[in-house]
Amino acid sequence: MMCTVCGCGEGDGHIEGQEHGHSHDHEHTQDHVHDHGDHIHFGQGPAHAHAPGLSQARMVRIEQDILGKNDRYADANRMHFIKHGQFALNLVSSPGSGKTTLLTATLDQLKGTLPMAVIEGDQQTSHDADRIRATGVRAIQINTGKGCHLDAHMVGHALDNLDLEENGLLFIENVGNLVCPAAFDLGEAMRVVILSVTEGDDKPLKYPDMFAGAHLMLLNKIDLLPYVDFDVERCIEYARRINPSIHILALSARTGDGMHPWLEWLRDQRNAMLNARIAQLEAQMAILKAQVGS
Amino acid sequence: MHEMSLCESVVEILNSEARRQGFARVKTVWLEIGVLSGAEPEAMRFCFDAVTKGSLADGARLEIVQTEGQAWCLNCAKTVAVVQRFDACPECGGFQLQITGGDALRVRELEVE
Ligand SMILES: Nc1nc2c(ncn2[C@@H]2O[C@H](COP(=O)(O)OP(=O)(O)O)[C@@H](O)[C@H]2O)c(=O)[nH]1
Ligand SMILES: [Mg+2]
Ligand SMILES: [Zn+2]
Ligand SMILES: [Zn+2]
Repeated sequence: MMCTVCGCGEGDGHIEGQEHGHSHDHEHTQDHVHDHGDHIHFGQGPAHAHAPGLSQARMVRIEQDILGKNDRYADANRMHFIKHGQFALNLVSSPGSGKTTLLTATLDQLKGTLPMAVIEGDQQTSHDADRIRATGVRAIQINTGKGCHLDAHMVGHALDNLDLEENGLLFIENVGNLVCPAAFDLGEAMRVVILSVTEGDDKPLKYPDMFAGAHLMLLNKIDLLPYVDFDVERCIEYARRINPSIHILALSARTGDGMHPWLEWLRDQRNAMLNARIAQLEAQMAILKAQVGS
Repeated sequence: MHEMSLCESVVEILNSEARRQGFARVKTVWLEIGVLSGAEPEAMRFCFDAVTKGSLADGARLEIVQTEGQAWCLNCAKTVAVVQRFDACPECGGFQLQITGGDALRVRELEVE
């Protein structure tokens, strides 16, 4: 179990392939994970906690970030990814923009060149994980039940079941939703927002939080540009208003047009991460060598 | 509706503070919600009531303190006020803004017994 601050308790979400083997020694409150077969279910039931003792009404200052717990799980995931050289991407978009299609096309292209795995998030069904497995790549489905986004805790549980190879690519397909996943860091190295040209060029302005937090915007379905009123330049201008440093690529997951720069971007970003890791390990080695006087 | 999970996190914070600070019931919760935090105060109220049912904060009053958006303008080299993420700098009209405030979501204070 990798999550070090887990509070597993009770609910209705679901992850594939996990027996609920909880060996944490920290306290458990209310979220619960049901793990059976090749699926993990998540969801939070109502909390029940009654602290003993009564006192007079009083004021308590606490100043706690509501997302603090998610952020602690995300940090644990991020440490895990760095330690194992895994380049993790969080793919976010509205439903139907082409995340799964893009993933299967990407996996087909990169298969055999480096280790890859996919975590699929949907409210229900394992259709998308099945589509990924058809490419021969390992996938695990998380069903969030009523949940409209993945959180870092769910991803931590999925990691327990994925048995990832070292130094690979890990794609996390978030629940289709252009609003809620923005608030939840999963511990990913990069966040990729996918916008298809059938959705309208003003989406960066309408859903700014999602574009503000992304490193890369992929404009998908450019094969449909002749049939829709989508102004690519305007969309790019809007995205840069929200996020001046966002990187932007346009492609069609269906025809393969524009796939090459995306694959290059993936390789470059992964190499940059691995190089940073190498530098860090070399610095540690230098210290150790100096200490043993060799 | 991630306000639902945000409110669930609020209840978790209340539960762990109750154990740590030894109180049994929460009567009022003060939440700070930045205008750029992505959470809607009205949705938070709705979810808060639903999520606190049967918890130590059942029936508690929710006080929402909204904080203003702030950004650092690279052109003007100063802090300016923003209402939305896509606002232009009110001084120079540029979009080289980095959000520096108004994106927090925090439980500030409780009235407990
Ligand atoms: N024309 C066209 N259709 C696409 C493209 N990418 C995905 N689609 C279609 O869009 C629909 C939704 O795709 P899917 O990958 O399931 O989207 P997801 O919900 O984001 O995972 C499917 O019918 C895909 O075949 C593309 O580049 N061009
Ligand atoms: Mg999908
Ligand atoms: Zn939501
Ligand atoms: Zn300015």
